[in-house]
Amino acid sequence: MITVNGENHEGFEGKTLSELLCGLGYKEAYIATELNGNIVKKDSYRTVVLKEGDSLEVVNFVGGG
Amino acid sequence: MKDTFKLGEHEFTSRFILGSGKYSLELIKAAVENAGAQIVTLALRRATTGNVANILDYIPKGVTLLPNTSGARNAEEAVRIARLAREVGCGDFIKIECIRDSKYLLPDNYETAKATEILAKEGFVVMPYMYPDLNAARDMVNAGAACIMPLGAPIGTNKGLATKEFIKILIDEIELPVIVDAGIGKPSQACEAMEMGAAAVMANTAIATAGDIIAMAEAFKYAIEAGRTAYLAGTGRVLETGAAASSPLTGFLSD
Repeated sequence: MITVNGENHEGFEGKTLSELLCGLGYKEAYIATELNGNIVKKDSYRTVVLKEGDSLEVVNFVGGG
Repeated sequence: MKDTFKLGEHEFTSRFILGSGKYSLELIKAAVENAGAQIVTLALRRATTGNVANILDYIPKGVTLLPNTSGARNAEEAVRIARLAREVGCGDFIKIECIRDSKYLLPDNYETAKATEILAKEGFVVMPYMYPDLNAARDMVNAGAACIMPLGAPIGTNKGLATKEFIKILIDEIELPVIVDAGIGKPSQACEAMEMGAAAVMANTAIATAGDIIAMAEAFKYAIEAGRTAYLAGTGRVLETGAAASSPLTGFLSD
C-alpha cells in the first residue's frame, strides 16, 4: 500500500513514481512531489521505485493571493 | 527612461501584482491582461487527479509566477512549501506567508524573517508578507529579502490603508521596494499607496469580489499608474490655514 495525498493506493509497489503519477492521472508538468518528506526532482520520476508503506505528496498550483 | 522596479535581477514595468484566488480560471487571462500585470500570485495545494483544468494554462505567457506559502504557520512549513513550489518548475519567486493567527490572518514577522533567510540563501527571490514594523522590515532586508510586502489591512477585508502611517515609515527607511499587500479594497486606496511612494501594490480580493472582475482589474491598473505618476511628479503642498487663489489677483473687471 502506498499513501498518496492521504489516500491509500494498492498495486504501485515496485513501480516507478512516474508510473504511479500517470496511473492516477497526474500531469507531471503541473506538479511537484514529496516522497516520505523529501522532494523528488522531476528528472528522477522515472527512476524512483516505490515500495510498500511509501507516503507521497503531490501538489500543484491553484488560485491564491 | 523607463520607470521600472527590480525584484532580485528581474525588472518590471507594471506595478500591479494580481492575485488569482477566489475567481474562475476563465476570468484570469482577461483579468491579467486588463490589469497589465506582469506578476501573478498562486497558492500550492494538494493536486487533484483526473481531467481537472490547471491554472498554469490560464495565465498568459511571459507573466512571472509568484507562489505564496499560504497554509504555513511557521518558517519550517513556509520553507517546505517554497521548495515544493520551485520544483513545479515555474521560477524562483516566493511570497512568504507565515500565519498562525486564524482569525485576523496576521503574519508572524519573526517566523517570516527566519524563512526569508533560509530561502534567500537557496537562491529564491523572497518577497515577505509582513506586518508593517520597521525593525522587522530591517530584519527582512538583512535576511536577504528582495522587497518587503507590508499589509494595508487584514487579508481579504478590503479595508484599505489602515496601516498607512507605518507603511510611510517603511517607504522612508527601507531601500528595497515596498509593495503594499493585503487589505487594499479600492483603486483609490491603491492610488494613495502609490502616491506615498510604494513600489507596487498587490490586490486579489478587491478584484475577485468586485461586481465586474475584468473592469475592476483595469480600474486598479489606471489607479496604480496615476498614483505612481503623481509620486514621481511630487504632490503639491498643503496649506494648513487660509487659502491661496489659483487665478490672478489683479486685473479684475471691477478695477
